[in-house]
Amino acid sequence: MRTYLEFEKPIAELDGRIQDLKQMDTQSGVNVAEEIERLEAKADQLLTDTYGKLSRWQKTLVARHAGRPHFSDYAASLVDDFTPLAGDRSFGEDAAILGGPARFRGRSIMLIGHEKGADTSSRVKHNFGMANPEGYRKAIRLMEMAERFSLPVIMLVDTPGAFPGRGGEERGQAEAIATCTDKSLSLGAPVISVIVGEGGSGGAVALAAANKILMLEHSIYSVISPEGCASILWKDAAGKGDNKAPDAAEAMRVSAQDLLELGVIDGIIHEPLGGAHRDLTQMIERLGDAVETAIEELEGMSPAGLRKHRRDKFLAIGRNGLT
Amino acid sequence: MNWLSNITPPGIKNIFKRTDESADTLWVKCNDCGDMVFHRDLEAGQQVCPSCGFHMRIAPEERLKLLYDESGYTLIDLPDPVADPLKFRDEKKYSDRLKDYRKKTGYQDAMIVAVGNIDGLGVVTAVQNFAFMGGSMGMGLGEALLKAAEEAVMRKHPLVVFAASGGARMQEGILSLMQMPRSTLAVQMVRDAGLPYIVVLTHPTTGGVTASFAMLGDVHLAEPGALIGFAGPRVIEQTIREKLPDGFQRAEFLVEKGMVDLVVHRHDVRATLSRLLHVLTKDGAQSAKPKSVVALEPPTRLTPDLTMIDKAAE
Repeated sequence: MRTYLEFEKPIAELDGRIQDLKQMDTQSGVNVAEEIERLEAKADQLLTDTYGKLSRWQKTLVARHAGRPHFSDYAASLVDDFTPLAGDRSFGEDAAILGGPARFRGRSIMLIGHEKGADTSSRVKHNFGMANPEGYRKAIRLMEMAERFSLPVIMLVDTPGAFPGRGGEERGQAEAIATCTDKSLSLGAPVISVIVGEGGSGGAVALAAANKILMLEHSIYSVISPEGCASILWKDAAGKGDNKAPDAAEAMRVSAQDLLELGVIDGIIHEPLGGAHRDLTQMIERLGDAVETAIEELEGMSPAGLRKHRRDKFLAIGRNGLT
Repeated sequence: MNWLSNITPPGIKNIFKRTDESADTLWVKCNDCGDMVFHRDLEAGQQVCPSCGFHMRIAPEERLKLLYDESGYTLIDLPDPVADPLKFRDEKKYSDRLKDYRKKTGYQDAMIVAVGNIDGLGVVTAVQNFAFMGGSMGMGLGEALLKAAEEAVMRKHPLVVFAASGGARMQEGILSLMQMPRSTLAVQMVRDAGLPYIVVLTHPTTGGVTASFAMLGDVHLAEPGALIGFAGPRVIEQTIREKLPDGFQRAEFLVEKGMVDLVVHRHDVRATLSRLLHVLTKDGAQSAKPKSVVALEPPTRLTPDLTMIDKAAE
């Protein structure tokens, strides 16, 4: 069963009719193949139109779609020989951030990323992709290991944000995020980050201080969730029960296209028609192509060269091309 | 004019006339204990409440005056990045908000940078201004901190940052978030140059500021009672659906948890920084006796004074 988003209602209706016709076709023997073909073409067109002009809030919903490929899907299909490693060697294991060495199209790499989980029990296990300090410290540990063995680091970002909990604060959530960003920025190995779903605030930045930052076409990356922003800046409306999150998403310009225009990211990976959740295999393949190109571009660089590349890239953000 | 003013002689009127120094500005209510403090006492006490020791907000330039030698300090010109790149508008236009705060505070943005001497040692200081949009971190702040780092490296001076912030400036969207890695680069520049970087965490320091440059110091000092954390207490309480204990995320709590080195009373901040910086930079010349050295409390006697016992025995 496909989960349709609110704005996909017309598409859901068409898909429903196609399903009914297909059933009729097999059960009654009445030939409706032509009609099915016509409706399928119409559904494709509707999907193209709808996804061609998603609002920033609609993109937010797509970015959070439960059926979207998650870290575990990439770990299973993007790479071979993935060994998940656990623990920060200090406090514990945090399943909100997963990672380990793997082989990617013949190269040894370190794969790290947020895992949100796909159903209720796995979501709870992975804390909805909201990491605690241990998660960031595990990421630091894996980055250091990658540097020792000169492995490119590939990070997949998909988090609503770092977990705002009591234990996390006690164990230095802020310090863990800061040090993770610090480590990533100073690493002597290539770092490539892809925002695959939701890039939520500091919890995302910690895994996105990279040489190359890519985003999936309908992913979002923002300083605060649209809901959070709305509750602070549209206090009056929020008090009256108005949902101002769509306005906040527009005002903050959270889409991949916005970020490319603002000079924050390096490229956009196109999603299959109707979003990544409609064709996981194709999505993972496309992400692989983009990551491979990025690795090839960085491969010849020295550790010092990689550090300088990263530094120059972040220093340039906001200095050029804005009006 | 009412009937009273018509019948009261002018001399008496003058006695009751409100002057510019009205009661509102002469007496300040302590945010913590509620005591009314005379403004001169508050100023003399560096905005620390004489009744309860609560550290009230202090203006950035007042902070610099207290920190540097009598020879003073020089404010560093800061870059002026594109204002309002997103043309952000919520219930109010961001460009108007910026204008209002600039007019109200007299500052361009939420951080100022200065250079001067502390007991003869050259130090670059960046001070966050909570009064300017909650000390929020946007492009202006990122550029200010980068400038401070460049200045420190160029002059071979240590860098001190006084942090105070509600977090990132949402109105600059992703560009404000990008100040987390960018401010981290500022720290790396100072570190790579082998210069000390000390953070003084003041009330409150939260969000993206804590989760970047404010938690990357060689040394973390904090003023008593300062709220320091990643998520704000209200957000945590809403998430975990329980009340947080008293003192949670306060400076003293962070020392206990290993995130802050020392809680330092505002009156001792200068002396502590001077001592640390002189030792870390191996600058011995001026450090023998910092001007405002803190007198140590005499040790409490655990055993009775023997001479007293002798006397009693006589």
